Amino acid sequence: MERSGASSVQLPSDPMSAVLDSYGGSHPRQGRRAYCPSGECLVQVRNLRFSHGDRLIFDGVDMDIARGQVTAVMGPSGTGKTTLLKLISGQLRPAAGTVEVEGEDVHRLSRGDLYRLRTRMGMLFQSGALLTDLNVFENVAYPLREHSGLPESMIRKLVLMKLEAVGLRGARELLPGELSGGMARRVALARAVALDPMMIMYDEPFTGQDPISLGVLVTLIRQLNDASRLSSIVVSHDVRETLSIADYVYIIADGKVMTQGTPDEVMSDPSAWVSQFVRGLPDGPVHFHYPAPALERDFLERGL
Amino acid sequence: MLDFLARLGRGGLGSLERLGRGHLLLISMLAGLPALVARPRLLVVQVFNVGVLSVLIVTVSGLFVGMVLALQGFYILSRFGAAESLGVMVAASLVRELGPVVAALLVAGRAGSALTAEIGLMKATEQLSGLEMMAVDPVKRILTPRLFGGFVAMPVLVALFSAVGVVGGYFVGVGLLGVDDGAFWSQMQAKIDLHEDLVNGVIKSLVFGFVVTWIALFQGYDATPTSAGVSRATTRTVVHSSLAVLGLDFVLTALMYGE
Repeated sequence: MERSGASSVQLPSDPMSAVLDSYGGSHPRQGRRAYCPSGECLVQVRNLRFSHGDRLIFDGVDMDIARGQVTAVMGPSGTGKTTLLKLISGQLRPAAGTVEVEGEDVHRLSRGDLYRLRTRMGMLFQSGALLTDLNVFENVAYPLREHSGLPESMIRKLVLMKLEAVGLRGARELLPGELSGGMARRVALARAVALDPMMIMYDEPFTGQDPISLGVLVTLIRQLNDASRLSSIVVSHDVRETLSIADYVYIIADGKVMTQGTPDEVMSDPSAWVSQFVRGLPDGPVHFHYPAPALERDFLERGL
Repeated sequence: MLDFLARLGRGGLGSLERLGRGHLLLISMLAGLPALVARPRLLVVQVFNVGVLSVLIVTVSGLFVGMVLALQGFYILSRFGAAESLGVMVAASLVRELGPVVAALLVAGRAGSALTAEIGLMKATEQLSGLEMMAVDPVKRILTPRLFGGFVAMPVLVALFSAVGVVGGYFVGVGLLGVDDGAFWSQMQAKIDLHEDLVNGVIKSLVFGFVVTWIALFQGYDATPTSAGVSRATTRTVVHSSLAVLGLDFVLTALMYGE
């Protein structure tokens, strides 16, 4: 991480690796056992390894997602948080390790069994992933029409109830293109809970939201979890909002769980890296500057 | 030199891999046929999207192709005193070759590129992943109806193209150039064979419809989910479909009319 005065600079491939190396290869709470306070885990991730091309995303990750809780998975951008949700939902296959949901190894299920399991899992995509040629009502009704076999009058009532819960009953005739980002995410949330799933996975729910939408989403996630007795996994790098509703937090970086605990435990974590991340400090173990040769050398190198 | 060979090898393996993915996707789409039979409305919507929305371009093109055929045919045939055979020449050219080939190229350009862009954008905006997470198979629900929509629509579009082409040829040949009205139609009726000409034309149109739609859907499904990726996939659809249509036309013609 040399920034000045060096004639030949060795750049580490990843700044985070250098941070881990500074801990002697492991973080003080990195090896801590995954955790389910009630002893009942909905999701168990064990020794998860996954690579994207030559890039190692997860290198032996263990995680427990407790039933009935809001579990947050946080970390800097590009650390594989969305990939983790795709692994849990069986959209991606790991190179090694297991992901069990309700005791079933997701990646050993047949396609039919996986689809049956997915009817009990909701997912809120970062983009909303609404079907653009269907209006708000039809988007929320879609999973009900596909899987419930309910009569049309019942589907209508259920859809209106779900839309009422996210405050968008009056927007049911609008097309996704006519919605703001926050509204689209609320519609997607109504669709995700349409089949009353046992768990919901939220992929960066707070990104790009104005303060009002942000407050609404934060409240909705917590209320839905408690009122519907759901289990929630919130993947985010928005520290303040996520910690305000999470029961338990995992922070991942460089393919590993850097630390885990309740929000208070994470906030009081003694390590410089975690402290920098949760407080959003511009400089620390993760440098503000990307590794580079000396500034004066860059200025003088060409032309003059 | 070694680098060149390595790049060549990587390129070849990449192409084979894409070919394999394309065939696996085709098998998955065909496996969705029973589900499509249970929900025919999905097919009707796609026949509309691929077929009805292509009617205008196919009709106008067919009219002009028929008119040009009559014009060129008249100048050549009249040198040999066979201008009365203009009707059969126009009809045979359209039904056997130009109808299926040109209509397929037009559909590749209009409907094929639209299908690729639609599927590619659905992938880029996570709509396909969203369906997966709702336990709905996007291949069976989104791709299979489009594949069979193209398969069903193409023969109708080809028939329309050929019919309008014959009418165009009639206007030019009989209306402008003075070919005998009775000879134009009677020779066509006598010489155009149901099996040799019409059935073979329909077989070609079915094959082209299937291949063009398959290529378009695969390119969209396999596209890199970015705006540049979807743009490249759309271009590939038009290029690959056009080449496939022309290549397959040669093979089918050789099989159908070869000794």
